[in-house]
Amino acid sequence: MNTKASLGVAGLLVIVSFVSFVWALQTPRRIVSLVPAVTEMLFALGAGPQVVGVSSYDQDPAEVRQLPRVGALLDPDVERILSLQPDLVVTYGSQTDLKAQLTRASIAVFDYRHAGLADVTSTIRQLGAVTGRADRAETVASDIEQQLARIRARASSGARPRTLLVFGRERRALRNIYASGGRGFLHDMLEAAGGTNVFADIDRESVQATTELILARAPEVILEVRSADVLTAEEAARESASWAPLASVPAVRERRIVVLTGRGLTVPGPRVADVVQRMADALR
Amino acid sequence: MSLRRRLVTVVGSFGILTLAVVLWAPTVGSTPISLARAFDAALPWADNVDAQIFFVARLPRVLAGALIGATLAAAGVVLQALLRNPLATPFTLGVSAGAALGAMLAIAWRLDVGALGVSSVPIASFLGSLAAILIVYWLASSQRRGLSTNVLLLAGVTLNSFFSALILFVQYLADFAESFRTVRWLMGDLDVGSYGPLLAATPFIITAFAVFATLPRALNLLTMGDDVAASRGVDVVRAQQWAFVSASLATGAAVSLGGPVGFIGIVVPHLVRLMVGADHRVVLPAATLFGAAFLVLCDLLARTVMAPVEVPVGIITALIGGPFFLWLLVRQS
Repeated sequence: MNTKASLGVAGLLVIVSFVSFVWALQTPRRIVSLVPAVTEMLFALGAGPQVVGVSSYDQDPAEVRQLPRVGALLDPDVERILSLQPDLVVTYGSQTDLKAQLTRASIAVFDYRHAGLADVTSTIRQLGAVTGRADRAETVASDIEQQLARIRARASSGARPRTLLVFGRERRALRNIYASGGRGFLHDMLEAAGGTNVFADIDRESVQATTELILARAPEVILEVRSADVLTAEEAARESASWAPLASVPAVRERRIVVLTGRGLTVPGPRVADVVQRMADALR
Repeated sequence: MSLRRRLVTVVGSFGILTLAVVLWAPTVGSTPISLARAFDAALPWADNVDAQIFFVARLPRVLAGALIGATLAAAGVVLQALLRNPLATPFTLGVSAGAALGAMLAIAWRLDVGALGVSSVPIASFLGSLAAILIVYWLASSQRRGLSTNVLLLAGVTLNSFFSALILFVQYLADFAESFRTVRWLMGDLDVGSYGPLLAATPFIITAFAVFATLPRALNLLTMGDDVAASRGVDVVRAQQWAFVSASLATGAAVSLGGPVGFIGIVVPHLVRLMVGADHRVVLPAATLFGAAFLVLCDLLARTVMAPVEVPVGIITALIGGPFFLWLLVRQS
């Protein structure tokens, strides 16, 4: 090999290592996430080892349970966050004070905004770009999109039952019933799963559904999502039986009341397609 | 006019108003229904949506409104007289804060108990109100024989703030969804969902009203001062004890049924006094009836004004009651 060629190779090596050095500087190595859904996304992208702090509400995946907690939407612990020396902090869009403080400390911020189902995959892609894992993000996001497309395609052939999607209710009673309105993540999931939201016309994320409103809307299926509870079969049966007084509602008459339980049901993270699949199974 | 004739006139006219409101309210709502269909016994119950909207959704709600409105208004009259303070409400003495703390804990801990068709939140909130009554009563009676109304007032107000701090603490620690539910509970909600909670609250409220019925003469004299009342043969201590316990018990039952619906307990007594004078023998039954009609009407607004979205009834009563009360204050000063 002549000298010119060796110099060329060496020069190229220098350029490559410089570029990767700069890239490494830009790629966050210590991430703090205040948003459980984004924490799950980071782990799904393989950036789990870089996560050094999570919010008070993070539970999944199992690895996060050992990580330091740094507060949540209303009570972020700035001192704790700074002490973890992060180079990227995932915050909620409304945490303006926190974002200002982090920016002053020259820490990059990833602004999370909770919106509809489509925003889950777009957030995953953005996160991929920020963490230098764009390829992996593309795979994860398109997997979710394909799974959702398959569920939608299967649902489009069958009947789309008029569904009441309840995400909050006092136990053993028909009081304080909160259901999904015609906007937001839960509504999108229900429609993707093949249900027609009985409150699709109400342009809100949540509706306090009175007994009169439920009787008037006459849902064919009542889908209760309880992400905080784990019910025994007996408890689930009793909770379904709570609806008995509304005897004229088709869902009650035909016993099409499904109680879905389990953590992560209402987390707009990488598991959404699985949740939509569970909803689709329940509707069928 | 003799007392008997005034009583008949006032109770008669307020009674007719309340009866009309209570009969009319269930016929109106966010959904148009056919009364003919609702009362058609030939239709099977399970298919009769109109009947279910009338009997399952609206009637318990209207009855709850009437019961709670009557109770809070009457308790307001009794406590204003007992404390000789026009600003007193059924919530002044810490009962509602105790009830609220009970409800908050039941919501935050996701208590899963129930009895006689009543779920955990009303049960816990009634227990909370009982705890508050016991604490305030014990504090007020520990200083001297009988009840000191000053201590009663101070203990009640202090307990209110203490419980409020605990409530905020519970809310702060609770999950997001739970904290929203706790906040919503504080706004009052009459959609009781069944007759069970109504039946459970009624015995306490009836007992309290039986005591209220014996109080008006004593209340008239107590408003002039303990000494005046004692010199006219009122057993002051006993009257105070009965008034406090019965009004608090009724308030606890009402709050556990529908949440702390504000302003009824202060606005209705004053409004009724403006209309019928200050004699408690007339004010008490009139306020009871008017309170019932007032809350049923406010709830009618709550469920129709933004339909299908519901406005919490406590917001309506405060929006109507607040400005009215300010006007009353300015006018009196």
